[in-house]
Amino acid sequence: MPDVHSLVNDFLIKLKKRKIEGSLATAKQTAELIRSVISAQRVPYTNQAGALIDAVKAVGEQLIAANPVELAVGNIVRRVLHIIREEDLSLTTAAMAGLNMSTVSDDEDDDRDNHPVLSAAVVAAAARSTLRPPSLQMLLEDIPDAAAVPRTSSSGGDSEEKTKSADKSSRSRRLKHDVIEAVNELIQDIGTCHEQIAEQAVEHIHHNEVILTLGSSRTVLEFLCAAKEKKRSFRVFVAEGAPRYQGHLLARELVARGLQTTLITDSAVFAMISRVNMVIVGAHAVMANGGVIAPVGLNMVALAAQRHAVPFVVLAGSHKLCPLYPHNPEVLFNELRSPSELLDFGEFSDCMDFGSGTASSLLQVVNPTFDYVPPKLVSLFITDTGGHNPSYVYRLIADYYSADDLVVQRRPAMGS
Amino acid sequence: MGAQKKGASRVSEDPEELARVLLPLVNVPMINYTLAWLESAGVEEVFVFCCAHSKQVIDYLESSEWFAQPNFTVTTIESHNSVSAGDALRIHGDFVLISGDTVSNMSLTQVLQEHKERRKKDSNAVMTIVIKRSKPSQITHQSRLGTDELFMATDPNTKQLLYYEDKVDDTKGSIYLDKLLIAENPTITLHNDKQDLADVRLLYQDCHIDICSPEVLSLFTDNFDYQHLRRHFLKGLLLDDIMGYKIFTHEIHSSYAARIDNFRSYDTVSKDIIQRWTYPLVPDVKFFGNSSIKLERQGMYRASDIGLSRSAQIGPFTVIGSGTKIGNNTKITNSVIGEGCSIGSNVSIEGSYIWDNATIEDGCKLRHAIVCDGVIMKSGAVLGPGVVLSFKARAFNPVVIGQKFIVPSYSKVSRLQQPTKLDSDDELEYADNSSGIAEMSSITPTVDKLNEETTNQRMETQCWPKSEGCPQVGELKPDSNDSEGDDGEFRDDSAYFEREVEATFLRAVHENIQVDHVILEVNSLRLSYNKVAADCAGALFYSMMKLALETPHDSPGELVQATVNIFTNWKKMLKSYLAEIDEEIEVILRFEEMCESFKEFSPVFDKILHQLYELEIIQEEAIMRWDAEKKNAEETDRVYVKQSAAFIQWLREAEEEEEDEEDEE
Repeated sequence: MPDVHSLVNDFLIKLKKRKIEGSLATAKQTAELIRSVISAQRVPYTNQAGALIDAVKAVGEQLIAANPVELAVGNIVRRVLHIIREEDLSLTTAAMAGLNMSTVSDDEDDDRDNHPVLSAAVVAAAARSTLRPPSLQMLLEDIPDAAAVPRTSSSGGDSEEKTKSADKSSRSRRLKHDVIEAVNELIQDIGTCHEQIAEQAVEHIHHNEVILTLGSSRTVLEFLCAAKEKKRSFRVFVAEGAPRYQGHLLARELVARGLQTTLITDSAVFAMISRVNMVIVGAHAVMANGGVIAPVGLNMVALAAQRHAVPFVVLAGSHKLCPLYPHNPEVLFNELRSPSELLDFGEFSDCMDFGSGTASSLLQVVNPTFDYVPPKLVSLFITDTGGHNPSYVYRLIADYYSADDLVVQRRPAMGS
Repeated sequence: MGAQKKGASRVSEDPEELARVLLPLVNVPMINYTLAWLESAGVEEVFVFCCAHSKQVIDYLESSEWFAQPNFTVTTIESHNSVSAGDALRIHGDFVLISGDTVSNMSLTQVLQEHKERRKKDSNAVMTIVIKRSKPSQITHQSRLGTDELFMATDPNTKQLLYYEDKVDDTKGSIYLDKLLIAENPTITLHNDKQDLADVRLLYQDCHIDICSPEVLSLFTDNFDYQHLRRHFLKGLLLDDIMGYKIFTHEIHSSYAARIDNFRSYDTVSKDIIQRWTYPLVPDVKFFGNSSIKLERQGMYRASDIGLSRSAQIGPFTVIGSGTKIGNNTKITNSVIGEGCSIGSNVSIEGSYIWDNATIEDGCKLRHAIVCDGVIMKSGAVLGPGVVLSFKARAFNPVVIGQKFIVPSYSKVSRLQQPTKLDSDDELEYADNSSGIAEMSSITPTVDKLNEETTNQRMETQCWPKSEGCPQVGELKPDSNDSEGDDGEFRDDSAYFEREVEATFLRAVHENIQVDHVILEVNSLRLSYNKVAADCAGALFYSMMKLALETPHDSPGELVQATVNIFTNWKKMLKSYLAEIDEEIEVILRFEEMCESFKEFSPVFDKILHQLYELEIIQEEAIMRWDAEKKNAEETDRVYVKQSAAFIQWLREAEEEEEDEEDEE
């Protein structure tokens, strides 16, 4: 336990000090941390899921508070909570089904352990289909209901007492095991989201097109490179993304991979947009209404794109999907960074004086990190599960998160 | 990597109460900024070297979260007598030397790299100091941080520091450079020698961040008489051509660094923090503690649980701490309000700093003031620019400003007895007279009974005179002018010496230390304070008399007896300083002074004088000369001469008799 505790503390400090930046890194490390929290958590015989949820919430609350700007932390915490609920549900249904069956079979105690463990996903799907209205995706994917019915036999009637307890302990172990498996999958998904998104590149980028992007995003880079690898030839306009000028880095990377690149200033975007076929940008977070929190300057680009009817495509891994709405007071979607990114303090220190009697300097420098792009300006989201309309985002969110977890706050006591 | 940090010491606000590094800067104790920066800069080990108020600092750090952090060790070193940490520390490898009131967000990687590379080439490059461009204000023509003007000469190619002068004489407008310096280095340019010096010397600001090699520690130990890191140590190192140590500079551009050592810098740095120059060390980032402050529009930082009236107007660049309540129609602009304050209705607060748990009742007006913890301002009180309302001395004894009372500008109100001198430990630290606060207090008149409502609450108010020369519009700290500062220092020194002597004597009495040893100690004190024997005699005499006064007695007769007893016991000690008649006269004069301040002695002056004569502490010649000196003095001065007239008369007669006897022989 102290080991996990210090891990949590370490991560908290890193978050607080803004040492981890970027949603991908944050998401991945959060998921890994929560995995170790879960594996260190002792599970009681009753209400194992409650205990796990409590533990994750306790840590999650701290993590979210440590850097409220980094929404990916909250996303991952909620994803894991959702996973725990789903796994618990699937195990409960399995057990219920087992109990139903138990009257049929008599002496197959040993047999139970040899049964192939149902894959968590299938069971979860089963649970969803039995206890909840089916999700749209489920209906589309058309998972047969029959698969959901577990064909297991359970404990014999003669030794009910003993087997019940045995069943419980194995269930608790299984729950934890299953949750950790699912979190592992989540971590893997986060790691591969770039490739998943990039795979779809050829469907969107065509020959002789001109693509515009702003600032630097690894997802965008991989996306463009994937299209290039598929022998598409196209040109990229990169807006430099002041004041951090990450566009310069992106331009260098693109050129290194053999792409025809043009670097422009942010202010030239409107002038260039009429020649552009598609705007492809990364995002910091995608909100539940389909709005995007993106690097500063993107709202301007989106408006320019709308003016010229250029598709505005946002690439976002599923860890960037945030179940909150931008008007939620919990969402602190902007961060003002140091003014020194804009100008040299020494050169301008004479303007920053407070001696004029007004107690505030006449020069004020504001350096916001993010912009909010409303959903109506976004043409398409490309996530690792495919392309989606902004109006569909809420459905995606319903699949990934459970409504109970939107507010990650420990309740005083979790009743069983 | 080790980092060493000079901890608490000179307290600019209030010497008795709280260490300066623990004073809140935008609601966070200052030391946390330094530690948070060091931690994020990758420093693994910090030694906090504490002089004055060491207990407070150590207690604070122990209860803080810094001790619990992984990969970051904070060690406190308490020291009352070692002037430099060189005595106390053994560090191998380079270290960063900073003071605990430095706010910065610079990355140390590059400067360390430079320092190490220089060290490889030249083992004499022991120190790298960090400098930053900073232009003076066009309006006030003062440096941003209210520090002295700084002149540095560096070699443009190697960045070596050749000359450092932080008190440039304004009136002359010129600086004396050693001819040799220029002769030896024909290539150096002073950044500036072709330009107008007045422009250039203010362009740079010393960040007080030094990268040092281990040799520096031994230099500290060797040069234990260096009291000021910059004024003495740095200059000493530059002038010392025997060892040939070299100091280099490193200029930072985009990152922030500043040291808070006076009110003006407190104001400036606070505002820089609110304007986010110190990012990520800003209020809404939790670099320390668990405050939940959010940044709202227009640079308004607000804790989540404040009680804010709907009609209150909170202006831009304001910080409001958690648990604070603000009443109707209150206007707050450009200010920092601490935690748990309660602010009434129709209050106007502008450019002020209010610390924790202060109470400000309806209709108060504050402009550019500092209000410390727990102050109570009754309704309608007004604080002019530059007012500092100090701490509560005790828990139940806060500073209270009466109803509708107007505190004059630049005054400092405290519940504490104004100390006549600084805390002894303060001398140890690199005492800096430029802040001129403690010195001021001894000069200015004391105004009693400020408070109309509660007249029994006596408050001592020291007015800060507005300093001439520089316009002080809307700022917190007036500069003292130099002559005042020097006076104060001198007086402090004497008083300090006397106190030391007295302490030594009392210790001797209580612990029965041998007379010889006491003499030895007093002698060493005499040398270190550059005093003459007469001063020692005066001080010792004073201590003895005071001891006599403190011995329980009922009648003047018993007092005389007690005095005689003490003098009999310690005659030898006093005698050793009374080699000359002049010194004996000094003692008598001193005795007169004492009678003025301790009325109990005045009726028995002549008796004690007689006893001193009997004990052969004072010879008759001294008494005679004293009498002669006083002949032409004013009537009030001659009270004691008159009182002892009979005794003097008796002496004269005795003398004559002796002479007669001699004659007869």
